[in-house]
Amino acid sequence: MKYEGQVRIPSGCAIAAVISKDGNKMTGEAITDAMKPMHDRSNGLGGGFAAYGIYPEYKDFYALHMFFDSRDTRKGCEVFLKEYFEIVKSEIIPTRKIASITDEPIIWRYFVAPLKSVLASMQLDEKEYVARAVMKINSEMDGAYVFSSGKNMGAFKAVGFPEDVGVFYKLDEYEGYSWTAHGRYPTNTPGWWGGAHPFTLLDYSIVHNGEISSYDANRRFIEMFGYKCTLRTDTEVITYIMDYLIRRQGLTLPEIASVIAAPFWSTIERKTDLEDKEKHIYLRTLFPSLLITGPFSIVFGFNGGLMALNDRLKLRSMVVGEKDDKVFIASEEAAIRIMEPDAENIYAPRGGEPVIINVKEGAF
Amino acid sequence: MKIDAKNYDYTEINKIVRESAEEKFEFDNVLGQRYLGAGTSGKELLINGTPGNALGAYLNGSKIIVHGNAQDAIGDTMNDGAIIVHGNCGDTTGYAMRSGEIYVQGNAGYRVGIHMKSYEDLYPIIVIGGKVGDFLGEYQAGGIIIVFGIGVEGCPVGSFCGTGMHGGEMFIRSETAPVGLPKQVCCAEATDEEKLSIKHYAERFVKHFGGSADELLKSKFWKLTPNSASPYKQLYVNN
Repeated sequence: MKYEGQVRIPSGCAIAAVISKDGNKMTGEAITDAMKPMHDRSNGLGGGFAAYGIYPEYKDFYALHMFFDSRDTRKGCEVFLKEYFEIVKSEIIPTRKIASITDEPIIWRYFVAPLKSVLASMQLDEKEYVARAVMKINSEMDGAYVFSSGKNMGAFKAVGFPEDVGVFYKLDEYEGYSWTAHGRYPTNTPGWWGGAHPFTLLDYSIVHNGEISSYDANRRFIEMFGYKCTLRTDTEVITYIMDYLIRRQGLTLPEIASVIAAPFWSTIERKTDLEDKEKHIYLRTLFPSLLITGPFSIVFGFNGGLMALNDRLKLRSMVVGEKDDKVFIASEEAAIRIMEPDAENIYAPRGGEPVIINVKEGAF
Repeated sequence: MKIDAKNYDYTEINKIVRESAEEKFEFDNVLGQRYLGAGTSGKELLINGTPGNALGAYLNGSKIIVHGNAQDAIGDTMNDGAIIVHGNCGDTTGYAMRSGEIYVQGNAGYRVGIHMKSYEDLYPIIVIGGKVGDFLGEYQAGGIIIVFGIGVEGCPVGSFCGTGMHGGEMFIRSETAPVGLPKQVCCAEATDEEKLSIKHYAERFVKHFGGSADELLKSKFWKLTPNSASPYKQLYVNN
């Protein structure tokens, strides 16, 4: 077998997303179908989805979606979980047996709440507590991976084509107000279940088409703050950067776009709005190691919204369209037209220009 | 020949185009199929819907008309023929094309005309009715790119226009010149004589999409050219 480097694998990847600004629920069927015309952007080595608003009956609990390589690993991990969390429900994530998805690990989900006494003794806020537990499992527990850990949301991912992964996970039986999707075409890293997108932490999820040239600079910086890059691919670092900048630094999404897809100094120099210019100089100076270079288009999901963003040179394609209360994002317009044949105002955002969609207050 | 393309993939559609004795085809409900009409000569394709990437790649004389928006890299390495889009199109329109013509009624994405080149009597033309993104004419080595900016406020091209340009010409219809041009690009207001040199293409554009060529050419245009015969001659070594 030849490895990447000896053989050239042309980069592809497909992303898509849909969100209802009114918080109206949609099954996962449309987003699954949207991946079909973009089939050739993936090569069957990874597909996945993030869905928001799917667990209303457990919305106050963190939903941990997990892969285990064996029953023993699961038992061992449950012992750990019980030390830190009250588990209110644990179950196998339902799947369909289909010919195109094979070699699946044990796929399980837990709805949990941090144990109050442990939380108090560790003097952490709740989200930090959950994030640390996820990092601990993913870096220290062989064969166990948390691939989703937010409230009222979940990631579903596998090795396979995305349109098959959607069928495998029975996404037609879930209802969410926001969905993101990814078809993978791994170029430099292995295709495996944990390496499929989305990459998540708490309710933050990332689907990504591209390749991070600055990966190691970004990784070294973010690992100083307790994040551990364990999933053998570059994209996970974007998720941790988002978590760091939102949750720990308190930046807004437009500010984050100006950090990770910062304009060139020459572009900043030409800015005539002096306040805007100052802000960009400040952000580039403060977070130089979080500039993400190389081609990317990403969709960032969170409870209550989405953000789509291209790298500043716009080396990957991404279009946005809308219809009524819904906004659609995809690598190709054809994917949007599968979801909504009459989609309107289709346009391609500029490189580094974030598209942020929030569900209206109280609707999610 | 009229075909509902809904359940066809691109190999099937292209097989029909290549193997049929007919010259004219109309495809309805096209949605994301790539490479349509690739490499063909002497055919005419009318496409209703959203064709996929690399529409008319290596096109060798056929004519493709799209009613709808096209995606990325239309006319990739096109050799001859015409692509007419009644809508918008995506990034890298006319990627490395070396002859033939592309007309887009609306907007186009980033890197329009990247690596476009000409050779002897082969001379590619790209005409965009609306606006384009950054890196217009990146590494352009030949041919003409025209951006009319119809209905666009301000200059209809983005930043870094003409980066790496070393041949050919661009004409931008705008009151103000593009900003942030690289040093290797010369930008000057087009003279009446120079505007006359693109009249033919303006006439073709309005023939496809309506309007008046004379009205368009009354406006101010900026002509971009590389600022010497070999602008990068001494970039690396003194040769």
